[in-house]
Amino acid sequence: MLKLLLANRVAAVAGLLVVAFVMVAIMAPILAPCDPNEQHPEAIRAAPFWRADGDSRFLLGSDSLGRDLLSRIMFGARISILLGVVVVLLTLLVGTGLGMLAGYFGGAFDAVMSRIVDTLLAFPFLIFALAIMAATGPNLVALVSALAFKGWVDFYRVARADVLAAREADYVTAARGVGASTAYILFSEILPNIVPPLIVLAALRMAIIIIAEASLSFLGIGVPPSIPAWGTMVADGRADIASAWWIATFPGLAILTLVLAVNLFGEGLRDALDPRMRQ
Amino acid sequence: MWGRFLRQRLLQLIPVLIGVSFIVFLTMHLTPGDPIEHMLGQAGRVTQEQIDELRAHYGLDRPLIVQYGLFLGNAARGEFGPSYSHHGRTVRSVVAARLPATLELTLFAFVIAIVFAIPAGVIASLRPHGLFDRLATVGALLGISMPGFWLGIVLMIIFGLQRHWLPISGRIDLALIPEYVTGVHTLDALLTANGPAFWSALKHLALPGVAMAAPMAAMVMRMVRSSMIGVLAQDYVQFARAKGLPETTVVGKHALRNALIPTVNIVALQTGLLLSGNMIIETVFQFPGLGKLAVDAIAAADYPLVQAVVLIYAVSYVLLNLVADALHAALDPRVQIA
Repeated sequence: MLKLLLANRVAAVAGLLVVAFVMVAIMAPILAPCDPNEQHPEAIRAAPFWRADGDSRFLLGSDSLGRDLLSRIMFGARISILLGVVVVLLTLLVGTGLGMLAGYFGGAFDAVMSRIVDTLLAFPFLIFALAIMAATGPNLVALVSALAFKGWVDFYRVARADVLAAREADYVTAARGVGASTAYILFSEILPNIVPPLIVLAALRMAIIIIAEASLSFLGIGVPPSIPAWGTMVADGRADIASAWWIATFPGLAILTLVLAVNLFGEGLRDALDPRMRQ
Repeated sequence: MWGRFLRQRLLQLIPVLIGVSFIVFLTMHLTPGDPIEHMLGQAGRVTQEQIDELRAHYGLDRPLIVQYGLFLGNAARGEFGPSYSHHGRTVRSVVAARLPATLELTLFAFVIAIVFAIPAGVIASLRPHGLFDRLATVGALLGISMPGFWLGIVLMIIFGLQRHWLPISGRIDLALIPEYVTGVHTLDALLTANGPAFWSALKHLALPGVAMAAPMAAMVMRMVRSSMIGVLAQDYVQFARAKGLPETTVVGKHALRNALIPTVNIVALQTGLLLSGNMIIETVFQFPGLGKLAVDAIAAADYPLVQAVVLIYAVSYVLLNLVADALHAALDPRVQIA
């Protein structure tokens, strides 16, 4: 599998890029040229270094409070990646668990779950997140709940459908025949077989969560303002787009690059794990 | 047959809508923002009596379950009571005033996405891995990886501020608002033969429309491309070619019709996402539609208004899926309805 993934040059480069973002996020305190929250009142809205009016101390320029954009972007990677990982893991566990139970046992549980899922699917995610966040104010626990609220449904649907198919497979019938327990069949027999599509889904969900978090932060109801976050930075730069376009542009470019890399990597993963999807 | 199909699907809507309304109702009421405090925020000194009076006026002193029952009954009739934040107006009139703007923008974005995505997907599929296909694939990836609010801002910077080609906020030049017919400015301008108003409304739609359409265009393009590649490899397409039919007939009639079947579902799903995306785009462009109304209503703890808007979004989302299923059945005779 790793071989296939590496053979796909685009996916390999994308994977490296994702790793680079993670490294930058982890080592931000060492790599960043400035303290991300340090204000330089003498250098407000400084231009990027390549412009004639640029300030070489601030490679990508500074914002309306004179904070170094590059350093804030580096620190901003931390919260984006951290929230992406936490939310995706949480929804992966919940969605897969519920999906396996519904697929294996069917019956009343499955019926109730499918009603819940239908309701959640009809629910405009963003407006729900807005409602929670507006009421509680920007805080990370509410943000994770808002992002996870509907996110598990995709994992649920994949896990349920795959378990439903596996339930009748020969290897499961065989395991049942030799007297294996239900828990053993679910976790040791079926689970390993349904993992690949779930991993692919997790990668693609990560991209969606990063954008969703940035959107909420942009609206001022995501990450608390004391933590540097890309969405907040774009919002901060919005007032200055006429005079200092770089403040809103660069953090968005960071979102775009990371999400693009995650998407490309996820698609490469899908091609490597699922031969049917290869074109 | 169709009657039964529709009836059944509409009945299935009811539990979903009750679920949605219940979640909205609960989250809005269990959260700490108190609408009475919001309303009296700037009013200065008020007595407890006045607060109680207002609470009773809006029915907020009753038990939660009673409030929910009343809310459901009224919602079924399209009544959501008075708005807390738009003084002296009902939720219904506030929503009705904003709805045309959102419909106009969403429809505009929808048209851009479709007009762009279907031909691009078809052309890309004709020579997979050719130059056009590669460009379109990269474009589509950018489209789905770009946050909408940022694309909006970048478009504003380039086309509004640096080039001055297009306006960056609002719906229309305030001096040019056409005579009211439907509330949809472009349509009203056409109906009253008002050229300048039409042009102004269209220019105001351009940037938010493109920002909104980008992810949908990307997803639809990818779907059309991959299903066209699949269909073009089928025997009946080869046969049509072998018969000597012109390539435009083979591609446009034989292949495209079948390739569009799986596309219909993606289009419905993406249109649902367009609707929720307009909250962000309308906020970025200060576009006075339902999405911006919702964002403002939440900030003002205007429960009835938020509930109404969420229900509108949910109903349209579910209806879109219904339309998609019906279209799917109409296009693909193998699908059994009912």
